[in-house]
Amino acid sequence: MREQRASLPGSIIAWVVAFLMFFPILWMLITSFKTEAQAIANPPLIIFRPVLESFAAALSQSGYILFAENSIIISLVSTALAIAIAFPAAYSMAFQPGKRTQDMLVWMLSTKMLPPVGVLVPIYIICRDTGLLDTRTALVIVDMLMNLPIVVWMLFSFFRDIPKDILEAAHMDGAGPRRQMIYLLLPLASPGIASAALLAIILSWNEAFWSINLTASHAGTLAAYIARYSAPEGLFWAKLSAASVLAVAPILIFGSLAQRRLVRGLTAGAVK
Amino acid sequence: MARLELHQVGKFYANFEAIKAVELTIEDREFVVFVGPSGCGKSTLLRMIAGLEEITSGDLVIDGVRANAIPPDKRGLAMVFQSYALYPHMTVAQNMGFALKMAGVAKAEIAEKVQAAARILQLDAVLSRRPRMLSGGQRQRVAIGRAIVRNPKGFLFDEPLSNLDAALRVQMRTELVKLHQDLAATMIYVTHDQVEAMTMADRIVVLNKGHVEQVGTPLELYRRPANLFVAGFIGSPRMNFFQGRAAQPANGGIALELAGGRTLQVPAPAGAVALGSPLTLGIRPEHLVLADAGPLGGQVDVIEHLGAETLLYVKDPTGGTIVVRTDDLARVRPGAAVSIALRPDRVSLFDDAGNAISHATPD
Ligand SMILES: Nc1ncnc2c1ncn2[C@@H]1O[C@H](COP(=O)(O)OP(=O)(O)O)[C@@H](O)[C@H]1O
Ligand SMILES: [Mg+2]
Repeated sequence: MREQRASLPGSIIAWVVAFLMFFPILWMLITSFKTEAQAIANPPLIIFRPVLESFAAALSQSGYILFAENSIIISLVSTALAIAIAFPAAYSMAFQPGKRTQDMLVWMLSTKMLPPVGVLVPIYIICRDTGLLDTRTALVIVDMLMNLPIVVWMLFSFFRDIPKDILEAAHMDGAGPRRQMIYLLLPLASPGIASAALLAIILSWNEAFWSINLTASHAGTLAAYIARYSAPEGLFWAKLSAASVLAVAPILIFGSLAQRRLVRGLTAGAVK
Repeated sequence: MARLELHQVGKFYANFEAIKAVELTIEDREFVVFVGPSGCGKSTLLRMIAGLEEITSGDLVIDGVRANAIPPDKRGLAMVFQSYALYPHMTVAQNMGFALKMAGVAKAEIAEKVQAAARILQLDAVLSRRPRMLSGGQRQRVAIGRAIVRNPKGFLFDEPLSNLDAALRVQMRTELVKLHQDLAATMIYVTHDQVEAMTMADRIVVLNKGHVEQVGTPLELYRRPANLFVAGFIGSPRMNFFQGRAAQPANGGIALELAGGRTLQVPAPAGAVALGSPLTLGIRPEHLVLADAGPLGGQVDVIEHLGAETLLYVKDPTGGTIVVRTDDLARVRPGAAVSIALRPDRVSLFDDAGNAISHATPD
């Protein structure tokens, strides 16, 4: 077989495009190490003495720790809940499908096409009337619901890859539905469960719309934390950049550590 | 001890009737084979016996107890699946011990029983491997081992050998028969391969389109098929069929007028055939002989040398192919004209509806 080698012009174009796409993030990273004065200098400074002043300011003034804690708790709890609810749902859809199962799956996914702002008012009012505004509970519930369709879909496709024969054999061997779940489905679908969980954590961490609209100073996540910097006090580019780096870094590190697992989970069906 | 009775057992999938009023008794320790073409309902019937498929109508009775509503694990039956259905994340030993673990048997006892079964099946060396690391034949043995370890009253096999290569299939066939003798358990075995059915079964159940065509020992089915379907399905190469019309009765039989104007003298019980009625004559390839002046004949098309015997495919002038099994090789060349006689004492006659009228073959 002939080896496919990228052509030189092709490689150059790819590198340029990749650099252009990556540039804003790079610039943000660079800016976060500048002083406010350096950050707004025109022409922009390329060579400067990096300082950690903006990071110090972002960390001390604005309760980064609280927001980070919120982000961690909300993404983990909402993911755990989503998996717990999606697991039995995907199980019954995969192993006891009814006439409408397919429709239901499509409908669930279609809810993801609705712009969230379309349901902002009702959800805001529900939260207000139940006293859930600016609570982690509200965001946990909303994030969980937001991720549920995707998690159900992922688990469903993992379950569907498990041959039905195996469950029937287990049934003959004396394992009812509950023990089939414990001894067969959980271990067999664990790569799928892991990658669905990773994806849900990342989506929930990055979720900004609901966090900004439903929380204030108590339950805001890091997404809301960044948003505060661009608001009334005017723009402090260096601090905003530092705050953004602080907000994005944990999930980037987490994501790159989990990347291999995530890719394996998402493509498991295709390469088996 | 497992005696199974099926009384008018039927199965509907929505509006499709997959199994039609099956009436069957399987004796304790019998080796019964369900055979039939693909899609005829063999698996469905087996799965209803296993409890994996609901019985729409009729009764399944196991050892005198109506079992329709008994869950699969409480029927005392073990099943070996066509796909083997091994648990991929468990070792061979864990696969084989799973049922005992579910039953709450002590670890030491499980290990002992798994060891014993592994010895019978020559799996000792691979007990700690995962199914993925086994050959097809070994996987097959693990699937059987998983059933044996449970010490069930009866075994259900759904085409267990169809994924093996030919040599291994023949070997496993013998081993399963031996296993049946050693275990003294009832076995029901599903296959589409009539050779498997003939070589393994105590009794064969021939299924077609959801109903039972005939039940009998391999030789009964071979010698005295109840109808054209069984006659054509059992035996390889297939029985030869000739269509014709009953002409005048002649010395203890009838004269059968074949298409093309030839006439055959064939034995038939007196009064069994109305004159002029359409008939099909069936005769197996080994009951045709090359003769100097036989009533049949044609041009030799293909010759298959199988060593111990030779198959001749002869072009009938009316368009069909006559298959002759012979060891007389002197006079045949491809393209040669041959004349064929039939052994009248081996002829079967079938009526217009395909049901057997008479078999000249003694029981
Ligand atoms: N779950 C099902 N739903 C609808 N029809 C089915 C189902 N399972 C089997 N059938 C139909 O029942 C018939 C018998 O199937 P099966 O018992 O698997 O045949 P066999 O094992 O003899 O090849 C087939 O026509 C098949 O299409
Ligand atoms: Mg089948």
